[in-house]
Amino acid sequence: MDTPALEARQITKYFDDPVRVQVLHGLTFALGRGEFAAVVGKSGCGKSTLLYILSTMDTMYEGDLLIDGVPMRDKREAELARVRNEKIGFVFQFHYLLNEFSVLRNVMLPAEKLGKLSSPEIEHRAYEKLKILGIESEALKKPNQLSGGQKQRVAIARALINDPLIIMGDEPTGNLDKKNGEVVFDIFKELAETYHQALLIVTHDPEFAAKTHRIIEMEDGRIRNELATFS
Amino acid sequence: MNLPLLYDVALSLLLARWRQTLVAAIGVTFSITMFIALLSFMSGLNQLLDGLVLNRTPHVRLYNEVKPAPQQPIDRYTGRRQHNFIRSIKPSDELPRIHNAGAIIAALRHDPRVRGVAPKTQAQVFYNVGTIDLTGTISGIEVEQEDRLFAFGDYVVAGNPLNLKTVANSIILGKAAADLMLVGVGDVVQITTVKGNRVQLKVVGLFQSGLLEVDKVQSYTSLATAQKLLGEANNYITDIQIKLHDFTLAPRLAEEYAQRYEVQAMDIETANSDFETGTTIRTLISYAVGVTLLIVAGFGIYNILNMMIYEKMDTIAILKAIGFAGRDVQRLFVAVALSIGLSGGGVGLLFGFGLSALIARVPFHPAALPTVHTFPVNFDPLFYGIGAVFSLVTTYLAGYFPARKASVVDPVVIIRGK
Repeated sequence: MDTPALEARQITKYFDDPVRVQVLHGLTFALGRGEFAAVVGKSGCGKSTLLYILSTMDTMYEGDLLIDGVPMRDKREAELARVRNEKIGFVFQFHYLLNEFSVLRNVMLPAEKLGKLSSPEIEHRAYEKLKILGIESEALKKPNQLSGGQKQRVAIARALINDPLIIMGDEPTGNLDKKNGEVVFDIFKELAETYHQALLIVTHDPEFAAKTHRIIEMEDGRIRNELATFS
Repeated sequence: MNLPLLYDVALSLLLARWRQTLVAAIGVTFSITMFIALLSFMSGLNQLLDGLVLNRTPHVRLYNEVKPAPQQPIDRYTGRRQHNFIRSIKPSDELPRIHNAGAIIAALRHDPRVRGVAPKTQAQVFYNVGTIDLTGTISGIEVEQEDRLFAFGDYVVAGNPLNLKTVANSIILGKAAADLMLVGVGDVVQITTVKGNRVQLKVVGLFQSGLLEVDKVQSYTSLATAQKLLGEANNYITDIQIKLHDFTLAPRLAEEYAQRYEVQAMDIETANSDFETGTTIRTLISYAVGVTLLIVAGFGIYNILNMMIYEKMDTIAILKAIGFAGRDVQRLFVAVALSIGLSGGGVGLLFGFGLSALIARVPFHPAALPTVHTFPVNFDPLFYGIGAVFSLVTTYLAGYFPARKASVVDPVVIIRGK
């Protein structure tokens, strides 16, 4: 519990196209294990930009990023991919499933990539994750046969397959109706409280944010306000 | 490590665009098929054409040419006033025979590098057709040796070449000469030797080399008959033809024999340097065409892969987001390209073999080559090896560049762009 799951130190980011604009101004914060945080703020305040930097996909930034106490600064692309694979689960606004594969295979992919378990074990785990999300009956369908809410849950199952340290979401409920959004929220909450995984969710939805442990409010590339909600 | 997984993903990408995949594979198949068929056919033709001359050419030919001695007797004079102005030196009355031919032949037959030796006696004659004389050359040969070493029997289109040995005073006439004289097998022709003797010879066969100019002049008889025509003893031999086990040794051995036996020696490479050039150029052209076909197929694969990558940007982004590194993505698309190349190339090799086999059955009756009845095709496994390697190399390159592009796709740009 000592090392935070994720720690950002003085993260600064510029966009160079078409003119140099500073989008993030030295952000510093830490996210502990089992902590469920929401990042809120107006459009263009840099929430998503921050999230992609924290996810290690965007490497063009200044400052330091530590995941599980390990600095990401000097890692090579392949090493970062490995970190993403092992320690980060990502849920996007759009489901981003591979339509060529079955739901089950989509969930299995990151674990197969990690290659720590045998295929039958991975399949078993994938079923378990789908069961947690209540969609194990859809396992053998193709993603394009599912509803939007179901797809998003499949995407979450995929994010969970390697039991990542941190789960990140870029508006994971943005495209869902209220009911499905609540289902997803409950799942997140359970992950944080039962499975002790850290969650960092960018959202526009104040209701969603209000129910999390912690709200990080951003404005113009700075953290304006931090609220611990203890809901 | 993750190879099976990558192949799985590659396969699903291929199946998702199976039509384009098929077209690309057919492109490779077509080019490999044509490559194999073209090279097999060209090389078969080359061998045929080369064989036309080279099979009948001895690797080393020993002969004695009538020419002035390099050192005239007067040159040996070492006294004072040693200038000579003698011009128009004529050869003495000596025929172009090889001295001590019997001993040379016996020695050559013991040389381990020599496959066989065939002696020959050349005689200039006139064929008498009514009142007209046609010039000709009669070669006295040992017909068995000649057949063994130079496939003489292949060019005898009528009659049996071995009759040359069994029938006394027999001749195998050039086909064109026989046509001129209106004679066939069993007829008797009259010839006049250079010395004026008239001899009647029985035609036991007709010979067709494929070179009309040769067939008009050249005919064959036994060694003994030729010696008789010339009025010489049975050790009179003008040429010793040598076939070697390894004909690349020819130039060196020619030199060696020339020195050892004090004769002139001509090796095959000097005698037929033009054929080598022709063969090289024909081979070069067929390879150029074949490689061009493959490169065109490579562009097809390049196009399809580029399109596939453009269409599958989301997939690439998602693969990267869930932990696939750039080099995994690159390997994935190279695998896609290589599987197109492998399947297309494999089928192409089979089709190439089929097409070559088909060409080898097409009737082909060149007047020059009585033993050839179908198109010549060379089923050299080397062509299949080259075809396979080329198809893999071109598809790898065609896949490599789009795959490199895919490997540097920035997932953030794709995901945020939605």
